[in-house]
Amino acid sequence: MNPRRKKRLIMTSSILVGAAFATGLVLYALSQNIDLFYTPTEIVQGKGDNEVKPEVGQRLRVGGLVVPGSVRREGSGLTVAFNLIDVGPAEITVEYEGILPDLFREGQGIVAQGILVAPNRLQASEVLARHDEEYMPPGLAEALKGIEHVPPSQQNYNQNNDNQSNDKNNGAEEEGSGGGYDR
Amino acid sequence: MWRWLHPYAKPEATFALTQKLIPWFAVPGLVLVIVSLVWGLAFAPPDYQQGESYRIIFVHVPSAMWAMGFYVGMAIAGVIALVWQIRTAELAILAIAPVGAMLTFISLFTGAIWGQPMWGTWWVWDARLTAQLILLFLYLGVMALYVAFEDERAGAKAASILAIVGVINIPIIHYSVYWWNTLHQKSTVTRAITRLEAPSIAPEMLWPLLVSILAMLLVCAALVLMRLNNEILRREIHRPWALQHLGIHFATADNKKEKGDADAV
Repeated sequence: MNPRRKKRLIMTSSILVGAAFATGLVLYALSQNIDLFYTPTEIVQGKGDNEVKPEVGQRLRVGGLVVPGSVRREGSGLTVAFNLIDVGPAEITVEYEGILPDLFREGQGIVAQGILVAPNRLQASEVLARHDEEYMPPGLAEALKGIEHVPPSQQNYNQNNDNQSNDKNNGAEEEGSGGGYDR
Repeated sequence: MWRWLHPYAKPEATFALTQKLIPWFAVPGLVLVIVSLVWGLAFAPPDYQQGESYRIIFVHVPSAMWAMGFYVGMAIAGVIALVWQIRTAELAILAIAPVGAMLTFISLFTGAIWGQPMWGTWWVWDARLTAQLILLFLYLGVMALYVAFEDERAGAKAASILAIVGVINIPIIHYSVYWWNTLHQKSTVTRAITRLEAPSIAPEMLWPLLVSILAMLLVCAALVLMRLNNEILRREIHRPWALQHLGIHFATADNKKEKGDADAV
């Protein structure tokens, strides 16, 4: 390779390496802040090496799996409450008034945005559903994971959190956990 | 080492090659687009939780994937343009950028209309979506920088540098869903390819998806080659080979340009 080309190649590579290094440092410094949401464990036990806990009154997002059997409707309105969990045992209770996304299901991954009203209680203004990278026909999902997806609008959640009548679904979902929430 | 590549530094040789290649990309590409869309939209089974809505995957995944793939291609052309200062490589940047920008836009747009019914939102500032938006801005930046200079080759140099630096964004897009927690799910296709024994998608959905990925590549490669051809022809319009290609054998010095432009349109 002739020396001028070699020089240009070295310069181009060093620009790329330098920019990559700078970007790497920025992303490393921001790594805590790029996460879209806190997990329930991070809220209860604190996040990062310093174990910083979010304060009551802070606006934040929390993401985790809906604890099977924890969904309760208040009255006949749109108010709903449920618990989120990640690796456990920490659970965060989310209260929300509004229409749940179609993918909402016990065991499903959920991201709720709102205000932390108590150390483990979130008053949500928005509830988003996560889904995992798994795609399969309904029959296979039932056979493989025992999940039969029913949109929340057609689901009858018990109002007093006694989940006898839902047990058939819940037991299976606990193992299936279709939310794709793993860390 | 690169001896077989050297002839293509000459625009004329590249033009002849791409002219030959275009139908080999365009025809199978169009056939496979139709096959994959009919297969995916009409014959693949619905998803257990997303129902019919998941079918947008057959557009979303190929466009997102090749938005990144073509960016890498553009950056490689940028390196060749900067180091070896080959004119055809500069034109390749110009040919790839709008196609890649279009792919990025399609991926963002289909992602939004997929996200609304499934996640419950059109847009969220999570790492994956934001990084993909930055990719769109990088493409637009390359296109703008290319034409921002009086001297076209200076513009090509600036655009090459931006294209090369921007390639850092590509691994960030890909690994964003693994490095940080995001609303966007992890990659289905990567897992299907890297963990053949445990793919996370049923085979009757995976196959049309793979075909649609191949179809998108072929169609977009054909588009890039056509653009590259046009750019070469536009810049070489005074050369005898270009005039010959356009079927102007008798052009005199005076009416050459006029005629060439009219035919190029």
